[in-house]
Amino acid sequence: MSRFISLVRKEFNHIFRDRRTLLILFGIPIMQILIFGYVVNSDFKNIGIAVLDQSVDAHTQKILNKIFSSGYFNFSGNIQNAQGISDQFKTGKVKAVLVFESEFGKKLDNGQLANIQIITDASDPNVANTTVGYVSGIIRSYQGELAGQTVVQLIVEPQYRMVFNENLISAYMFVPGTMALILMLISALLTSISVTREKELGTLEVILVSPLRPAQIIIGKVAPYVLLAFINGLVILLLGYFIFNLPISGSLVLLLAELLLYITLSLSLGILISTIAKSQQIAMFMSLFVLMLPTVLLSGFIFPIENMPLILQWISAILPPRWFIIILKDIMLKGNGLAYVWNETLILLGMTLIFLFAAIRKFSIRLQV
Amino acid sequence: MRTIAVLIRKEFTQIRRNRIMIPAMIIAPLIQMIILVYAANMNMRDIDFAILDEDGSATSINLISKYSSSPFFSLSGSVNSLDDAEKLLKGDKADLVIHIPPNFENSILNQEKADVQFLINGINSAAAVLTASYAQNILFDYNRQLIAGFSRPSSVSQGFGTIEVNYSHWYNPGLDFKIFMVPGILVVLVTLVGWLLMSLNVVREKELGTIEQINVTPIKKYQFLMGKLIPFWILAIIELGIGLTLGRLLFHVPILGSLWLLIAFTAIYLVTVLGFGLFIAAISETQQQVMFVNFFFVLVFILMSGIFTPVESMPDWAHYVNIINPLSYFMRVIRMILLKGSDFGDVWKEFLSMGIFGVVMITLSVRSYRKRV
Repeated sequence: MSRFISLVRKEFNHIFRDRRTLLILFGIPIMQILIFGYVVNSDFKNIGIAVLDQSVDAHTQKILNKIFSSGYFNFSGNIQNAQGISDQFKTGKVKAVLVFESEFGKKLDNGQLANIQIITDASDPNVANTTVGYVSGIIRSYQGELAGQTVVQLIVEPQYRMVFNENLISAYMFVPGTMALILMLISALLTSISVTREKELGTLEVILVSPLRPAQIIIGKVAPYVLLAFINGLVILLLGYFIFNLPISGSLVLLLAELLLYITLSLSLGILISTIAKSQQIAMFMSLFVLMLPTVLLSGFIFPIENMPLILQWISAILPPRWFIIILKDIMLKGNGLAYVWNETLILLGMTLIFLFAAIRKFSIRLQV
Repeated sequence: MRTIAVLIRKEFTQIRRNRIMIPAMIIAPLIQMIILVYAANMNMRDIDFAILDEDGSATSINLISKYSSSPFFSLSGSVNSLDDAEKLLKGDKADLVIHIPPNFENSILNQEKADVQFLINGINSAAAVLTASYAQNILFDYNRQLIAGFSRPSSVSQGFGTIEVNYSHWYNPGLDFKIFMVPGILVVLVTLVGWLLMSLNVVREKELGTIEQINVTPIKKYQFLMGKLIPFWILAIIELGIGLTLGRLLFHVPILGSLWLLIAFTAIYLVTVLGFGLFIAAISETQQQVMFVNFFFVLVFILMSGIFTPVESMPDWAHYVNIINPLSYFMRVIRMILLKGSDFGDVWKEFLSMGIFGVVMITLSVRSYRKRV
C-alpha cells in the first residue's frame, strides 16, 4: 500500500511541478467559457451596409434612418453607381448594399409600386440571410406606418414561452459542451501523454519492474487526474453558475455522480490510447483527431445533431460526450431525475466497462512481454 | 545554405520513415474536412412539434395543418395537458408545443382576438429564436388569410404606394453554407499541420536529447530553425493544395480570384504561425507543455477568427485581440480571394500586416532559442 501511495505522490509531483501545463489546464475552460459567452454568440450587430440611393427624398431618408438606428447595421458610405457594388464587396467591409430606384419617393406618394433592392455579399450565407430578413422587416414596418397602422392586424395573437431558458441565455448551450470537452481533454489527453512519455523516456520500465501490480500502476496513474478533472469540472460549474446564472435544477448528487462516471470513462479511454500508442506524438494525434475534434463538432455541442447526414449521426452515437451533454442538460437545466437519464447513463457505463477492460487487458499483455 | 538543405533533408527523411506521420498529416485532416463541412451546418430544418389542442374544432385543425405541411416543422404527436406537454419537452421528444386554448374557433368566428401559445425548448437559444420566428411567420400568413376572408380593409396603402423589396445574394445565390465553411476549415487544417506538428517536432528533439547533438555542431541558430520551419512550411502548402482540390471537387467551392495570390498569402501567413510555433517550442521543455500551450492559443485564435460567426458582431475587445490574431487575417483573405475574387488591391493591407508579423515572429523565435543548456 505504501508503494502505491508513493506512486500516486510521484504522479502528483509531476503535475504540480509543471506549472505551465497546470496554468493552461485551468486557463482553457475559463477562456473558453468567456469566449463562448461574449464572442462567439449569435448576436447580430455592426453589419456594414452601403447605400445606392438614386432618388434621395424624404422617404428614402426615413427608411435609412430606421435601418441604421436599429442597432444591427452600420452605415458604410454611399455608392454612386452599380459598378461600385462589387468593389465594395471585394474589400470586405460592406456586407450588403441597399438600392433605391430613381423617383422612389414620388412613386410611393403617387400610389405606385416603389422598388428597393437588397444586394448581399452571400459569401457568408448566414449574415446575408439575416440581413435580408431584418431589413425587409424594417421596411415592412415603415410601410405599415405609412398606412397609419401596424403591419398586420392580428386576430390570432402568438404568445411565446421559452421553457427551461426564459431569457434565452446562450450559456445554457455551451457550458455543458465546454464541460464535456475539457474533461475529455484533461482525462484522455493528459493520461495518454503522461503514460507514453514514461514509455518514451524509458522510466515506465522502472515502474514495471517494481513489485506493483498492473492494476495498481493504472490506478496510481489515473488517481491524480481524477482529482484534477473533478476540480476542473467544479470550476466550470461555478463559472456557469456565477457568471451566467446557469441553474442546477436537478439533484447535485446525481450530477456529481455522472461527472465521476464521465471522468472515469475518459480516463480509461486515455489509458487505452496509451497502451496502443508508442510515442507521445501518436498519442496526441489519436486524442486530438479521434477525440477532440469529433467532440467539438459531432457531439451536438456547437452544431445540432438533427441537421447532420445520417452517417454522421451514427458516428455521433458512439461518442461519449454526446450522451454526457444530454445528461448535463437534463439534470442542470430541465431538472430531470435519473428516470429521464438512465438510458444515457447506461450507455456511458457500458462504454466505461469496455474501455477499462480493453485497457487492463492490453496493459497486462505488455507486462508479460 | 548547404547546411540548411542538409537539415531539411534530414527532416524529410525523419518524416518519411515515421509511418504514422504521413497518414496523420494528409489523410486524417482531409477526412476531418469532409466530416466537418457536413457537420457544420447551421441551417435548421425539421423542428419536431407537438399539439395541445383544447379546442378541437375545424379551425384549430386547419391552423395545425399549416404547421404540419410546412417544410420546417414535423408533427411528432399530440398531448392532452400542459403537464404532458412539459414532459415531451423534458424528454426531448419535441422542441415546440403549440397550445391552442378552448373557444379558439368561437373567438375567431366572432372576430375577436384569439391566443395561441408556443412552448419552445429554450436551451439552444439560437435555435429557439429561429423556431419562434418560423412559427410566427406561419401564424402571420394565417392571420392574413383570415383577414382577407373577413374582407376587412387591407392593411396596406391608403393613398401611398406599396414598397416592393427584392433581394439578390451575390457570390452564393443558393446560400450554400458549405461554400462558406470549406475555406474556414482549410485555414484550420493548414494551421494545425504546420504549427502544431512543427513545434511538437522541435520539443521532441529536446526531450530525447538529440538537440544536444545539433547544438554542439557549428550549425547556427537561424539555420537550425529554418531547417525545422521549411519542411513544415512545404507540407502545409501541399495540404492547402490537396484541401482546395477536394473542396473544389466535392463541394464545388468557387475559385474566383488568383490562386497564386492565395498561395503567396498562405506562404507569408505560414511564416508567421510557424515562427510563433518555434517561439513556443523554444520556451517549452516537454511535448506536453508545447501541446497544451499551443492548444490554448489555437483554440482562442480559431474561435475568434470568425470561422463560424461574423467578426463584426463581436465585442470591441475582441476586435483588439483579432489585430494580433493571424488566423483572422487568413480567414478573411481566403474567403475574399476564393469566393469574391478579390485582387491584390483589396488585400494589400492584410499582406502588409502579415509580413510585419512574420518578421517579428521569426526574430523572436531566433532570439529565444538557446544553444546552451
